[in-house]
Amino acid sequence: MTDQTAAAPRAVKAERHATLRRLLGTPTGAVASLVVAAFVIAALAAPLVAPYDPNAIDPINRMQGPSAAHWLGTDQLGRDLLSRIVFGTRTALYIALTGTGAALGVGMAMGMIAGLGGKILDSALVLLNDSIKSLPLVLFALALVTIYGASVPALIVIIAISMAPGYFRVVRNQVLVLNNADFIVAAQSMGASRLRLAATHMLPNLIGPILVLIAMDIPAVIGIESGLSFLGQGIQPPQSSWGNMLSEGYTYVRQAPHIAIAAGLPIVLSTIAFTFLGETLRDALDPRRAVRT
Amino acid sequence: MTTYLLRRFALGLCVLIVSMLLLFVLIYAVPGDPAAIALGPRASEAQKAFFREQMGLDQPLAMQAASFLWNLLHGDFGTDILSQRPVADLVFAALPRTVTLAVVGVIWAAAIGTPLGIWAALRPNTFIDWLIGVISTSVVALPAFLMAIYALILFAVMLNWFPAIGAGEPGDLLDQLHHLALPAFAIGVAWVGYIARLVRVSMLETLAQPHVRTYRSFGVSDLRIALRYVLPIAVVPVISVLGVGIGNLLSGAVLVEVVFSRPGLGSLAYDAVLSRNFPVLLGAVVVTTGLYVLANFLADALIAYLDPRLAEKG
Repeated sequence: MTDQTAAAPRAVKAERHATLRRLLGTPTGAVASLVVAAFVIAALAAPLVAPYDPNAIDPINRMQGPSAAHWLGTDQLGRDLLSRIVFGTRTALYIALTGTGAALGVGMAMGMIAGLGGKILDSALVLLNDSIKSLPLVLFALALVTIYGASVPALIVIIAISMAPGYFRVVRNQVLVLNNADFIVAAQSMGASRLRLAATHMLPNLIGPILVLIAMDIPAVIGIESGLSFLGQGIQPPQSSWGNMLSEGYTYVRQAPHIAIAAGLPIVLSTIAFTFLGETLRDALDPRRAVRT
Repeated sequence: MTTYLLRRFALGLCVLIVSMLLLFVLIYAVPGDPAAIALGPRASEAQKAFFREQMGLDQPLAMQAASFLWNLLHGDFGTDILSQRPVADLVFAALPRTVTLAVVGVIWAAAIGTPLGIWAALRPNTFIDWLIGVISTSVVALPAFLMAIYALILFAVMLNWFPAIGAGEPGDLLDQLHHLALPAFAIGVAWVGYIARLVRVSMLETLAQPHVRTYRSFGVSDLRIALRYVLPIAVVPVISVLGVGIGNLLSGAVLVEVVFSRPGLGSLAYDAVLSRNFPVLLGAVVVTTGLYVLANFLADALIAYLDPRLAEKG
């Protein structure tokens, strides 16, 4: 017994190392991790990475194509597109992290209540989440934006509501499975409270599936944010966001198509990278699955 | 089977009612005068009074919720503030265009994605399987409206092969198809990957079943086994995903319509946002939610027909 408890932290550590090795061991996983890391660095160190001030206007050099001075060219006001993309990364990742974070909080709370509460509470919460899922995301977001106005908090609330059912499902199902697991029954019989059960025994088991879901949701959130910003109902200019840039590029699509093409590149890259990261993470956390499918 | 379908139908109705109530809560939780907020700063006092009366804002909250629900379930979404036409007329006029776009998008995606999935499943763990996997995973999360913008730039602006805006001359089918090509392409891209992956996994699962080994021992060719015996079973999960995916699909269609300035639910909703025409938006949300619930019910029914074991299990 004592031996086992002493060995446990080391085993957990070894397991984590193995997960990391599996994550970086596949070519797609390694590339995806690198691209995601590059986006994170660009977001954190935007003023250092960006070659120009993202809001510096230069009317003489407006709508220039890619060149040595401006790698991705300039927009309709002569602003450097690469710099605007770098600063837009901040916006995109900020919304992605706060949005999925809020969705995780709401979904997890509901999932825990449904899993640990009674049957009626469970059914009611399942129905509520099914109903949220049935709302058409973009139209629903547009309706809310009309009432509450387009702002960053409104965007986060919309994302939190519409993404919460995913986390609810994972947490609830896992809790229902764990409810009957031997080690939970053992802890219960030793008098552990429900709150203690949830915090010390169930949460650690949820981290893996939740991480995977977050990585899979981030591309979706990036899509929502850029879509709403494209319609002018998300991030408001002059704050740079990939969706805003797309919207401006769309306006000048005949004179200067390079603006829209450049603005779309980070969306393509980041959604693909996060999707692959999620996939590899899922396989790395559950090696059996990777072999089977 | 009948009990199963009845239960699914009742559940769908419950989902519809709860989502309407959710909308009610979100609309009425807004601080301040809902009429002023919904109609915007330019609305006249008369318009606001009309809106209040129409939405029953002078009544107790429970009554408001009940009449809100009752009106919506009746298809009474109020009156368009600009044209004074019933919102239901506008929404139902726009809906068929959007549904056509979405359906054509999914059909071409299924036509490409299904064979890709079958191909990958028949050559598991080979280079071609890996390649199909990488491509389908790459496209799966690409936003449809971005694909629409890229397709517009490449095929309409640069190459000039397809028209960039509109839905084509009414009555001229060829012209309409010409206008439909790029938007339908944009909507389907992600679904090609999605369907290919689903078909692959579900084919692999079915191929591992004992009855497939029996066919093989009888000397039935691999391709014949795959197409004749495995695919009909393997396609079931795809149908259920399509049922759930219709929400995503319509959301994608909404944005794609705006990119190509196509008339439809998306353009209707977008114009409504710009003119702060809230009843139109509410109508669009409610009708689309109803469509989602209906599509899910139809998918459940189709699955119960294709695989009665699932219906037995509940």
